[in-house]
Amino acid sequence: MARFVERAENLARILEVHETYARDRNGARDWYAIVQLNADEESFSAKHRATTARNVIAFYLTDQENPTSIVSAIRNARENARTVRPLVSTEMWVQLNVFYNRLAAIDDRELTRGGLSRLLTEIKEGCELFTGVTEGTFYRDQAWFFYRIGRYIERADQTTRLLDSKYYVLMRDASAANVVNTGQWLALLRAASGYHAFRLLHQSDLTPWRVAAFLLFNPSFPRSVLLCLKEIDAAVSGLKSRYNLRGGNDVAEGLDQLRAILGTRSIEQVLAEGLHEFIDFIQRYLIAITDRLGAAFFGHPPVETAPWQGAELWPPYPAPEPDSLQIQTPA
Amino acid sequence: MSGFVLDEYDPGGFYCEMLRCAATAELRDRLARLPIAEFKRRAEGAEQALYRLGITFTVYSDSQAIDRILPFDAIPRVLPSAEWDLIERGVVQRVTAINLLLDDLYQHQKIFKDRVLPPDLILGNPNWRPPMCGFKVPHNAYVNICGTDIVRDDKGVFRVLEDNARTPSGVSYVIENRHMMLRSFPDLADEIGLRSVEEYGMRLVAAMREIAPAGRPDPKIVLLSPGTYNSAYFEHVFLAREMGVPLVEGRDLLVEDDRVYMRTTGGKARVDVIHRRINDDFLDPEVFRPDSALGVRGLMRAYFAGNVALANAIGTGVADDKAVYAYMPRIVRYYLGEDAILDNVETNICREPAALRYTLDNLDRLVVKPVGEAGGYGITIGPHATRAELEECRAKLVADPANYISQPCINLSVSPTLVDGAVAPRHVDLRPFAITGENTWVLPGGLTRVALRRGSLVVNSSQGGGSKDTWVLE
Repeated sequence: MARFVERAENLARILEVHETYARDRNGARDWYAIVQLNADEESFSAKHRATTARNVIAFYLTDQENPTSIVSAIRNARENARTVRPLVSTEMWVQLNVFYNRLAAIDDRELTRGGLSRLLTEIKEGCELFTGVTEGTFYRDQAWFFYRIGRYIERADQTTRLLDSKYYVLMRDASAANVVNTGQWLALLRAASGYHAFRLLHQSDLTPWRVAAFLLFNPSFPRSVLLCLKEIDAAVSGLKSRYNLRGGNDVAEGLDQLRAILGTRSIEQVLAEGLHEFIDFIQRYLIAITDRLGAAFFGHPPVETAPWQGAELWPPYPAPEPDSLQIQTPA
Repeated sequence: MSGFVLDEYDPGGFYCEMLRCAATAELRDRLARLPIAEFKRRAEGAEQALYRLGITFTVYSDSQAIDRILPFDAIPRVLPSAEWDLIERGVVQRVTAINLLLDDLYQHQKIFKDRVLPPDLILGNPNWRPPMCGFKVPHNAYVNICGTDIVRDDKGVFRVLEDNARTPSGVSYVIENRHMMLRSFPDLADEIGLRSVEEYGMRLVAAMREIAPAGRPDPKIVLLSPGTYNSAYFEHVFLAREMGVPLVEGRDLLVEDDRVYMRTTGGKARVDVIHRRINDDFLDPEVFRPDSALGVRGLMRAYFAGNVALANAIGTGVADDKAVYAYMPRIVRYYLGEDAILDNVETNICREPAALRYTLDNLDRLVVKPVGEAGGYGITIGPHATRAELEECRAKLVADPANYISQPCINLSVSPTLVDGAVAPRHVDLRPFAITGENTWVLPGGLTRVALRRGSLVVNSSQGGGSKDTWVLE
């Protein structure tokens, strides 16, 4: 439930920023980038022949058959909420219900240029409203902790995807520092709602690697990977200490390792070793964490060997000493 | 309602920014295919969004304070690259000359000795700041932020109407208008080669760092605002956020041992550069108006000790005075040895007897402006004035001629504008913003203000003006 709402919110934000800001020097917008961002090349091309703005927007907003569309995400969130209806508050249920019905009834005319930005803002606010209602009404028992874990795993995953989507541009710009397309990077920050937070930190120099460092390592930005991991960790610990649920021990170990790796890597190291590989590495950890949680608490069969169990640790990231949990930010 | 945006549009005899410009062909095409009903709906959405975002300014009239949005017109004003190049070079030249003038006035006053400028025009000016004499500012950059008001006459010639060298406002609208435009009309801007306005905050911070006191490698910058009651408070918040610097009021700062500090939850923090949006005379009650509650006691001591930089510097108001304006072409030639790239509007300085006589004789054809006022207040536009208004103006001129200049009435260029459900020609001006640290950089575009009342030439926001997004094309 939490993951689906988080996903819908991120997608709405990405679409809105794409609609408004993400233009190249000539003002063109590459809608296919969104398809790539979500790794939907196959399913998209099965339905649409051309990558027009209209097709991409319909695919991600109103397409009930596309599992990665916003309407699917909210439908799934609502289905989840129905399954655990006795656990969630009435306010949460009502909000999701109303929200889904609104999305299911989106008129095609709302998708036309000019109305789209308003619709996406409304969707973003709907998701934020759900988050707020949950914060204010959800009973703080085990379910609350699982809710938070889901939300932050999804958020961390979305942030890494967003960054990964700009990977090629980043590598190109890093080697030829004079051709940085500032607009694209500002758009990336806006898509993560991090524009003004980033400004507070770096007032005059917007370099691609600073943006990458901010999204990965910033300890205070609510969508940075590091902060998300901290929240997941806190929730897993909460399950253990308050409810004596020790099934999360395995996950906690993996989280510790990933946090330590993030905490000790400088952005220069990451760039030198390959940002894409680093992101891929984080995503594999996140998938494994989800997998293990499912196995530990919900009886799902584990499908993968967790990376921290040593089978296949990506070479450049040996687990650091536990006491070296320090955040390095480039000077 | 049927039809498309430009169907009914007729600029009459005026120079039209849209129709007379070859570079707008693509945009004209798109507008010509956009049904006016849809255009209106989207434009209304944009105005609602401005309210939601709280992008408002406050108008004070009698006892009431009313929050208004600056009305936003969704048909952009386009400047092709060649025209922009001219404006950019002209603005840089003008800002350079103004900074050289200020440096000379506060150091050597050679320009008086060479009889290019009458000394009493400066020395008797209410904005002349004697404490600045002999004080050098970094890079001779007195005017770090300049807004140059430019109009276009009926031949299409750009002319500078006014320099704003104190605390020019409006840049927040330039950027917010662009966001609004791209949100509501993304299709109009697609692949049209529009130059971005995103860089402003970063450029401003970079300039502030360049003027920071020596030996402060990581200078602390703040934006000093008069506070929430100021009509431009929205802009102050906007700029502080774009720059990533704290927004402070006078009471948040204190001066100890000629150093400026900001009060923070963790104690005092040293401040190195202040982008101030408070006029000189309110800045420091020790030196200027003793009754000012907005300023910081001792700030001038810190400034003159070289421990803090102010942007803009103190005393820039003498350079944007409407009387000094008349001398600008000569000032440019004097300091730079070249002709002004952008012409002035021909100006009669009423302190000079011949000019006063000419003005009085041609009152019904001239625009008469008081030299000390801002915001379009106190202006008499001869051709539009009633007999009674002309007589009132005549009496004021005779009583205090030195307070006035007069200029021929310029038929400002027009731009198609949505008014009362139809697209009609309305007069526009342009205020580009220039940032100066070590060098001068001009934000591509600037604020296009539009006089929404039919036939009106006054574009000021306090006088019923609106604004448009300004598109500089690659």
